[in-house]
Amino acid sequence: MMNNKNIYLDHAATTMVDNKVLEMMLPWYTEHYGNPSSIYSIGRESKQVIENARQTVADIFNCKKSEIYFTSCGTESNNWALKGIAYANKSKGNHIITTNIEHHAVLHTLEYLGKHGFEITYVPVEKNGIVDAEKIRQAIKKETILISVMFANNEIGTIQPIEEIGKIAKENGVLFHTDAVQAAGTLTIDVEKMNIDLMSISAHKFYGPKGVGVLFVRRGVKIDNLLHGGGQEKTRRAGTENIASIVGLAAALEKAVENMEEYNEHIRKLRDLTAQEVIKRIPETIINGDLEKRLPGNINFSFKYIEGESLLLFLDMNHIFASSGSACTSGSLDPSHVLLALGLPHEIAHGSLRLTFGWDNDEEDVETVVSQLVTIVQRLREMSPLYNK
Amino acid sequence: MYTEKVMDHFSNPRNVGELKDYNAVGEVGNAKCGDIMRIYLKIEDDIIQDVSFKTFGCGAAIATSSIATELIKGKHVDEALTLTNKAVIEALDGLPPAKIHCSVLAEEAVKEAIADYKKKQGIIIETHNQCDNCCREDR
Repeated sequence: MMNNKNIYLDHAATTMVDNKVLEMMLPWYTEHYGNPSSIYSIGRESKQVIENARQTVADIFNCKKSEIYFTSCGTESNNWALKGIAYANKSKGNHIITTNIEHHAVLHTLEYLGKHGFEITYVPVEKNGIVDAEKIRQAIKKETILISVMFANNEIGTIQPIEEIGKIAKENGVLFHTDAVQAAGTLTIDVEKMNIDLMSISAHKFYGPKGVGVLFVRRGVKIDNLLHGGGQEKTRRAGTENIASIVGLAAALEKAVENMEEYNEHIRKLRDLTAQEVIKRIPETIINGDLEKRLPGNINFSFKYIEGESLLLFLDMNHIFASSGSACTSGSLDPSHVLLALGLPHEIAHGSLRLTFGWDNDEEDVETVVSQLVTIVQRLREMSPLYNK
Repeated sequence: MYTEKVMDHFSNPRNVGELKDYNAVGEVGNAKCGDIMRIYLKIEDDIIQDVSFKTFGCGAAIATSSIATELIKGKHVDEALTLTNKAVIEALDGLPPAKIHCSVLAEEAVKEAIADYKKKQGIIIETHNQCDNCCREDR
């Protein structure tokens, strides 16, 4: 039984640009191409549209317009936040606290800082993929300058206790950064209420363009520049602004927030149906990560006795696009650090499948995917020396 | 990323399953690395009459197992012992660099299975399962 329609179930990896958003972006490539730093009229209109976008973003996260900086992506935002805070505050201390399930953009940046005189504490998450805020508190010492905890995990979708950690950070006079790349557009974020000092987001996760992100930096926070050069972004982030993409980011975020309730209901319904059907029809399947405190569009399964890459290849042959925490998809031999952090044995971590839903999915897709999974998992199990049924 | 040959052997693997009347078996790899390969042999008068495999692993692991069974079927055990991972890669028209270890596993699995046969005849041949140290504890 072949499926011929493309079914995209990897919205946590990226999303297609919304048509209306694209329409709003296009004139800023061709008609209005002025450099925002120029003083003549076509430069000024570029400058103005960026400032309007900044205001839109600031209103959504309940911060000041002057606290929003546009970057080239979530990875840049994370690099800037971590290195910028570390280097600007090293006279106060050299200790940074994070978790063991962060995205590589955070983990690898901290590894780098670890080689340059900073001490990093990786607080392990609980078995449900959520960090205990008390353990973050216990890790604080007098040298601690920064806590960095992701808002929601990219692989298992678990939502971290951001407000609680923000409170702990504030009580202890430690700065708090959150990588909210997976959360923005799906969860309500209020940087004031949650005591967030720095926050990274990326447009292509909420139907905006790739290649543009935001770093929110609370006023008064001491941070070094990552990119040095011209005077853009109030001299904090050099480089000619990606005007069209900035317009796209703001438009996509605004639309996402407007439709948040409807969107979450749509993807949650499909996600729950998928989880229910898979568990019912495929024995020896595990759902990784907490079921409640989880992004509405994320589900992550481990199918015992099989390996994730084989599963993805068979799904791909049937025009179903998904992702896995399997080592074989990452070029290393180790499976996902996130799944290992949950305490899963290696062979189970290798057999994981992440499905993340979006606007373009419907119940028919769910039925197709589940029936394909039933066939593929059984086929791979029959090939597996670990399976003795 | 995979050649047509790899995709063919992955999607239509040859000689998959457990032979009913095998008289030698070899297993290499470990779950930690994400690859386990088991080769079953039915050998009569030193000739590999039949062969099959069971593999837990990625697309390349399944393809290298499948092609290895084809490469040794009907061969004398001593000839099969000369199978190299290079021959496995060539037979598949190449493998991505990150998947070379899958071809090594296929070679080792064949050798383990033949060593099992020889052992029953009182002959000890040296094999070394390279996968034992291919995974690092921490990165």
